[in-house]
Amino acid sequence: MKILVCVKRVPLTGGKMVLTDDQRAISTRHLGFTVSPHEECGVEEAVRLIEQHGGSSAVLTLGPPEAEEQLRDMMALGIDRAVHLVTDGEEWDPQATAQAITDAIRSESDPYELILFGNESADAGNYQVAIRVAHKLGLPVVTGVKAITKQDGELRCEQEVAGGRDVYAVPIPAVVTVKEGLNLPRYPSVPGRLRAKRKPLETSTPARPEPRLEMVKLTLPPGSGKQAEVLGSGADAAPTVVTVLHELGLV
Amino acid sequence: MILVFAERSDDELYRQALTFAKGLDRGEVQAVGIDDPAGYSPDGWGAALTQITEERGPTVVVGPGTDRGNEVLAHVAARLDLPLAANCVEATTGDPLTLTRVRWGGSLLEQARLHGTPALLTVAPHAVAADDDSTEIEPIDAPPTANVRVSEHSATVTAGVSLADADVVVSGGRGVGSADGFSVIEELAALLGGAVGCSRAVTSAGWRPHTDQVGQTGTKISPSLYIACGISGATQHMAGCKGAKKLLAINPDNEASIFASADYAVFGDLHEVVPAISAEIRKTRSVGGASGGGGSPR
Repeated sequence: MKILVCVKRVPLTGGKMVLTDDQRAISTRHLGFTVSPHEECGVEEAVRLIEQHGGSSAVLTLGPPEAEEQLRDMMALGIDRAVHLVTDGEEWDPQATAQAITDAIRSESDPYELILFGNESADAGNYQVAIRVAHKLGLPVVTGVKAITKQDGELRCEQEVAGGRDVYAVPIPAVVTVKEGLNLPRYPSVPGRLRAKRKPLETSTPARPEPRLEMVKLTLPPGSGKQAEVLGSGADAAPTVVTVLHELGLV
Repeated sequence: MILVFAERSDDELYRQALTFAKGLDRGEVQAVGIDDPAGYSPDGWGAALTQITEERGPTVVVGPGTDRGNEVLAHVAARLDLPLAANCVEATTGDPLTLTRVRWGGSLLEQARLHGTPALLTVAPHAVAADDDSTEIEPIDAPPTANVRVSEHSATVTAGVSLADADVVVSGGRGVGSADGFSVIEELAALLGGAVGCSRAVTSAGWRPHTDQVGQTGTKISPSLYIACGISGATQHMAGCKGAKKLLAINPDNEASIFASADYAVFGDLHEVVPAISAEIRKTRSVGGASGGGGSPR
């Protein structure tokens, strides 16, 4: 199989978000970076499918020069090569992102059989890039997948819904978006990290069109305004806690 | 005219989308639902909604912010090559339409302009309260030739109370320290008739299955009481538990960000605090359960 996984560099936010002065981004001065959680599972799934069925895998991102860090991280986990669509750090809207990814996919001489995305990015959460790419490529697409099994020329994709699971049988080639819980991603090994430094990474710099979903600014939602009632410290707090549980009608 | 996609996998969220659409302007609102005896087909339903959109020329198409609502609207957006704003909490019609939508599972808001007609929107869950209005839903047919469709459905049988529906959830975070450490969390949850949850740090470490995760990429919960033990309160986690009516946080670090969202705070190691709470509940019950005057035995 030839598999592509699309990922996005996002900050590792802690407990509190701080915005930049122009309110167009999160202040990341003190933050590390990662890829969206769903995408970590997409990368793990690609590595497992290749281990099981043979073939090759690639990881693609549209992002600033620093996103090379995430591409190397993903190659350390077992992805064979990387494609970096380099931006100047300005955000791209979903339509522009989908077009740039589609162009990169079309430029492959040997087409991908499976193109994986996260169900939605951790930051923007637009829920649409993969579906747009599938339409542009004329491929079937299933979203929110939590189990993938390859059988003959088909993928059996399971989706969690209220009260159970829905199953889709999808012909290959296909676009699939995945959710965390699909698998438990591995940690990179030291040899994996060393190998990743030498794996091929191609770059290109697509031009950013005018956004049609145009971000104006970011704001923090109003705080809870809560002032926690301190019930005590250590085991001594237990009687007071139980008093509260009683008041809430829970014991 | 505003067209509402009546995706009813969650009827409450559909009615919220309808209320949101009516709040957009005073124009007519039409609701259409897909009539598809063959079952759900994302692109088939997207094709049907695209066709009705082209025929009727609405200024805005609104869908609920459910998995299927977002998915079908994305298929419409792809087919019409129009922008789509997912999970909006506010919108004002105009040229361009302006809106506010959620990012980071609700930890951040984005103000944006949408350049395209019709404007395609989905409504973030619980952005508005649904009114009681009953606009009639007009059934439309889906094309029979969809290439991707639900081919089977398997029901999950859950033992005990499910995380999403539980009235009490007791969760553990990194502070639990190990998979075995969850025995104290399980004990308290059982005593309260609740469910066990955990943070993403725990599922990533493999201590608990992902189905137990409360968070932006896990289950969104809305219990009467949420007890968070050894959880620091990362935005990823808070996005999953902000629906809880009351939050009790137990953490040794009194600077932990979870306390900013908590109703009740206990400072200390969960391995001391949680067993003591369980013991106290047992003691209360053994002296008759109905020990009035606050419930703590003297």
